[in-house]
Amino acid sequence: MESNKISVIVLSDKREQLQMAAMIASVGAVSGNEVLVFLSMNAMRYFVKGADEQAPCEGPVGKLMEQKNVPPFKILFEQAVTLGDAKIYPCSMAMDVLGVEHGGLEDYIGEPMGLTMFLDECKGGQVWSF
Amino acid sequence: MAEKKIVDARGSFCPGPLMELIAAIKMVEIGDEIEVLSTDKGSAAEIPQWLKKVGHEHLGSREEAGVWHVDIRRTK
Repeated sequence: MESNKISVIVLSDKREQLQMAAMIASVGAVSGNEVLVFLSMNAMRYFVKGADEQAPCEGPVGKLMEQKNVPPFKILFEQAVTLGDAKIYPCSMAMDVLGVEHGGLEDYIGEPMGLTMFLDECKGGQVWSF
Repeated sequence: MAEKKIVDARGSFCPGPLMELIAAIKMVEIGDEIEVLSTDKGSAAEIPQWLKKVGHEHLGSREEAGVWHVDIRRTK
């Protein structure tokens, strides 16, 4: 089975962007690819333990997703880790700005990562940004 | 060989049925069969592509009254 490295940068707090990022991460990971997810900026707050805020929609498809049984993006990110061995890293800068410690994030989120390491990690593979 | 396992993913949208199948594959033995039920046409097409990529056997697919039945055998 051909394997590739896929890096997914997740910045947006919008439902459609988060959903597509989670779909690429989960399907990519369970298809034998090495998947690295980098969480930063406005996306980070959804991954704080206990966060129940709903991501706002950008358009009509996002609203339809709310009404239908589309797998929630947080579940897909978790499945990317549990079923496909993806690695999800929180941006150390965003954590500092938000005042969040690593233990305050969902259990499937890895250790904080800075840009120097991330840029090194994603070399030679596909990079997707949302 | 164990009894065929049914993954009832009716009502779920892509990639829900695929992810449910993958969770089920991890729970069965090599050689066991799984049947996925899905009302999502995209997933019915996606699952055989995934099987081809990762190397499990696609035994066949059929559509009955708006429900796709995708039969799989775990091979590794």
